[in-house]
Amino acid sequence: MASVSVQSPTAGGMLRRPAATTGFWSWFTTVDHKKIGILYGVTAFIFFIVGGSEALLIRTQLSKPDNTLLSAGAYNQIFTMHGITMIFLVVMPMSAAFFNYLIPLMIGARDVAFPRLNAFSYWAFLFGGSFIYSSWFLGGAPNGGWFGYAPNSTTDPTIGMSFYAAGLLITGIASSAGAINLAVTVINMRAPGMSLFRLPVFVWMGLVVQLLLAFSLPIITVGLFELLFDREIGTNFFNVAKGGNPLLWQHLFWLFGHPEVYILILPAFGIISEIIPVFARKPLFGYQFVVFSGIAIGFIGFGVWAHHMFATGLGPVANTAFGISTAIIAVPTGVKIFNWMATLWRGDIRLATPMLFAIGTVTMFVIGGLSGVTHSVVPSDYQQTDTYYVIAHLHYVLFGGAIFGLFGGMYYWWPKVFGRRLGEGLGKTHFWIMLLGFNLTFGPMHILGLQGMIRREYTYPASLGLTFWNQVSSTGAFLIALSILVFIGNVVISSRRPRTFEADPWDGRTIEWMTTSPPPDYNFAEIPQVHALDDFWHRKYAEDKSGRLVPVQAGAAAEAGAHEDAGHGIHLPNPSFWPIIAAAGLPLLGYGVLFHWWMAGLGAVLVLVAFYGWALEPSAE
Amino acid sequence: MAQASIEHGGAHDGGGHQASGGAHETSTGLPNTKLAMWLFLASECLLFGALISTYLLYRGTSAEGPYPADVFDIPYTSVSSFVLLASSLTMVLALSAAQRRDIARMRLWLLTTALLGMTFVGGQVYEFTSFYHEGLKLSTNLFGTTFYVLTGFHGVHVTVGILMLLSLVGMSSADRLPDDPSFPVEMIGLYWHFVDIVWIIIFTVVYLIPTGSPSS
Amino acid sequence: MRKKVIWVLGLVTLAIAFAACAPHATQDTLQPAGPFAREEKNLFVPVFGVAVAVFLLVEGVILYFVFKYRHRAGQDRMPPQIHGNTRLEIGWTILPAVILAVVMVPTVATIWDLARKPPSDSLNVTVIGQQWWWKFQYTDADMQTAAETPGPITTANELVIPTGRVVYLTVTSGVGGIGDAAVIHSLWVPELAGKQDAIPNHENHILLQADVPGIYEGQCAEFCGLSHAIMKWHVRAVTPEDFAAWSAGQKEDAITPTGGLAATGFDTFMSGTCVQCHGIQGTDAQGIAGPNLTHFASRKCFAGCLLDNTDPADIARWLHDPTAVKEGSFMPNYHLPDDQIQALVAYLQSLK
Repeated sequence: MASVSVQSPTAGGMLRRPAATTGFWSWFTTVDHKKIGILYGVTAFIFFIVGGSEALLIRTQLSKPDNTLLSAGAYNQIFTMHGITMIFLVVMPMSAAFFNYLIPLMIGARDVAFPRLNAFSYWAFLFGGSFIYSSWFLGGAPNGGWFGYAPNSTTDPTIGMSFYAAGLLITGIASSAGAINLAVTVINMRAPGMSLFRLPVFVWMGLVVQLLLAFSLPIITVGLFELLFDREIGTNFFNVAKGGNPLLWQHLFWLFGHPEVYILILPAFGIISEIIPVFARKPLFGYQFVVFSGIAIGFIGFGVWAHHMFATGLGPVANTAFGISTAIIAVPTGVKIFNWMATLWRGDIRLATPMLFAIGTVTMFVIGGLSGVTHSVVPSDYQQTDTYYVIAHLHYVLFGGAIFGLFGGMYYWWPKVFGRRLGEGLGKTHFWIMLLGFNLTFGPMHILGLQGMIRREYTYPASLGLTFWNQVSSTGAFLIALSILVFIGNVVISSRRPRTFEADPWDGRTIEWMTTSPPPDYNFAEIPQVHALDDFWHRKYAEDKSGRLVPVQAGAAAEAGAHEDAGHGIHLPNPSFWPIIAAAGLPLLGYGVLFHWWMAGLGAVLVLVAFYGWALEPSAE
Repeated sequence: MAQASIEHGGAHDGGGHQASGGAHETSTGLPNTKLAMWLFLASECLLFGALISTYLLYRGTSAEGPYPADVFDIPYTSVSSFVLLASSLTMVLALSAAQRRDIARMRLWLLTTALLGMTFVGGQVYEFTSFYHEGLKLSTNLFGTTFYVLTGFHGVHVTVGILMLLSLVGMSSADRLPDDPSFPVEMIGLYWHFVDIVWIIIFTVVYLIPTGSPSS
Repeated sequence: MRKKVIWVLGLVTLAIAFAACAPHATQDTLQPAGPFAREEKNLFVPVFGVAVAVFLLVEGVILYFVFKYRHRAGQDRMPPQIHGNTRLEIGWTILPAVILAVVMVPTVATIWDLARKPPSDSLNVTVIGQQWWWKFQYTDADMQTAAETPGPITTANELVIPTGRVVYLTVTSGVGGIGDAAVIHSLWVPELAGKQDAIPNHENHILLQADVPGIYEGQCAEFCGLSHAIMKWHVRAVTPEDFAAWSAGQKEDAITPTGGLAATGFDTFMSGTCVQCHGIQGTDAQGIAGPNLTHFASRKCFAGCLLDNTDPADIARWLHDPTAVKEGSFMPNYHLPDDQIQALVAYLQSLK
């Protein structure tokens, strides 16, 4: 409060606003959506390596029966951290990386609606993830599964699940802020002429994802608070002895958790909806159907949560209703797949690496989608739930779908972001090894599940007859790891090659390819006037009466490209210290709840001071 | 989040960053901050929705007392609820003063709103304390757990609102608000009204609809 | 492109070869041994068939398109710019909806069929999941023990049922009050029925039935803490005659050994801390936190079916240090001397 009243009318903020936009330290204060996108991507990839290593430990443990490599306690922590990491610290932030970097470029904006809030989201995500990982050194990692079912999660004597609840609250704040920020950006900051139905499908999926986040995160927030309070301050939400109802947690969790599945997969759907038309050299077949089916998936996604709970005894009425709603959600999903297929039809398909990953995404997702349909068949789900069949299903969706799609996006937009392509040879090697390894790992899990192998067991006896397929699966996991090494090698090797600065390496369709690679700070020297869906394509090619393409005269396309002397006089927000300071208060709040309350006080003060500094910060100095 | 919106509502970058094109209109014509505030409040609806659902799930299921009927003082809480509702009126008056650029009255009404809010929160603190002394703790039963957490979450929201109101007054005194201060006042007003409306629902669900204790 | 086709063919061949040499699994959902599991399998298999057909069709068309319309070197073909076809798209919205509607008909019928009330002559058993073992209580009037104060026949980790008779299980979760927690478990014996979660403060129900005598293995399917993996159990289905004999035996008090090592073990058991948690009908041991041991030696397995009741070495290993065998076990290590362990093993093995 004092800080407000002592300000003289002409004074600046509490701290000098940093000016540097280059150099190492600029990364800590940047508010440029492109730099923040890169930060998200790099961080998510590091977590991907960590979560993948956890997966390798799991597969090594299960590679033979009665294995004693990991104790039950260690295994429970590792499988829990694998799930938390891959969902909250890899796929969500990796999607955020793409959204952050690309949405402003694809809608013709100079930045997101709230650049400093954007930086805050990133730092809160990073600190939240680090907070959860610090549990390994502070009494043990979360060990109750990413789904954290109460009362197991509230009664476990180790501190892990408190880290889980507090940590996910922090990353939840990050995601909520990011969701509102990006949703406003899409709704409000489109270039002139960029009407809603000229938005690239990727941006549409981005908008749907942000809205899903905005409406599902508050529900899990309440659940996590209840879990944390039960553990730390003695409330009774899930206390069975006082009459608590364990199913409350499951309802809150899956009301968030199922939309979350679409939060994880829709970004990849958006990515491949961009890649397939470019490499088939045809417009996306049925743009509006694809968009509306994405919206429909988002809506219906809120009405299927109890299909995670068929065996909890909800009764035949609820099981029937949720079985049917689950089947219904397959319809818009199928529409998307058929539209992608129709886009390939009669195309001129160039099998560059991004296209391989896009086709891989479609083909692998079909498998996951179909096994999902078998879950809507409730009585057979009584058998399949909590078995490896479900693990197979969810990995075909989230690895075969989301991760393949995200890698496709990396190969596709890499030249835009870094001004050079990734190597094609290594890229294709990466794809084929990953495809093989992925199917070897997760394909056999269908069989294992049907043969009665349950999830989350740290070991199994030889007498169950599960050894062989587990060995196949573990072999596949190491092939996936090999493919990731190939990718890293590709990044390292290609980064030594000279930059080519190709603005439009793939003959792209959307307006992010109009600006230079990498784009200037201000994205576009002149905000393009948008006239059509796939505006950039229509600047390069015209269609004659029979639908054939005719190249437009050269020169017209490059009209909006950045010029050497462009960019002067474009006002961009200055970097700021406050986002990282405000975010730094959040883990302190978390440690305070878990250990000493004075830390929480310190964290609260830090957040408050940072917000005042933030509010009083002049836009530039 | 809400604090963050203060500055974006200000004149310096309320309309985005498209300075090259002069005064830039947003695609919808709504200021970014207002859109963000609406989205934030929509999101908050689900937060309170989940909390109220939890309360309703456990309503009347406590195995042991004190039960709501043992501790509630409906007239007392009705008065403090009225105080909070009245603060919505003073908030409207503050906005109208701000729109007229009547800065003195704007500050007066903002302060009044904050004071009414503080009265409400003070009343809640008193209520919590007296319930506590009557034997209702967080851990006593499901009623204690759900009651304190639901009303506590609301109380924290009111407190954040008070902080923002006082900050507005402070910034206005320090001449840190734009010449036309109505935008930030309107934004904080949106939040304030939302918190008031949520209280009407909570008051009705928690206090007014009678809960049969297991004995009845 | 030919390379890709070879890849796919190779993979398929490999998969078939693998499938051929996979051994028999003992918890196989596709080898049902009773009507309820069979009903679930009979629903799953055709639906899976439909899924495989759709899979082959979709993947086949994708691969065909990719092959047929691939870019050929030197070719400079501009493909026709087809933006969509509303009629076609409505068609492939409706088609999957129709297929799914067809699939949903038997699904819904089966949901309701499996949720039906049990016949009046069904065997009623209450199942209580605890960390990390199963307690079975036979609640029917003709299944009460012959003890002074009769109670239901109670077993642990082994459910004995007669063949050809519907068993109606009431499933819940409980707590022994020895530091364990009432958490969610899930009862599962794949060859006889699907899963039913065991939830504290809830009573769920499930039907199961076995056609022929045999041991049907099962385990807890919902993650329930440290030793979730070692919360196995089994159904031992016997002929109705054998079941009558078994239940008659179970109703009897335990036989108190009169001499030898078993008698020493009896004294050790009764004078030690064992009685605080374990009950043995007809003796002073009336504990209820741990498994009832009255007819311990009539069962096949213990400790979440990790160990063999008939193997003295297994029993000794357990008594030596339970937590070393099963992480987190709520039976503490009492650091028993070897002679006491041997005596206890002899006594436990006498509890037929």
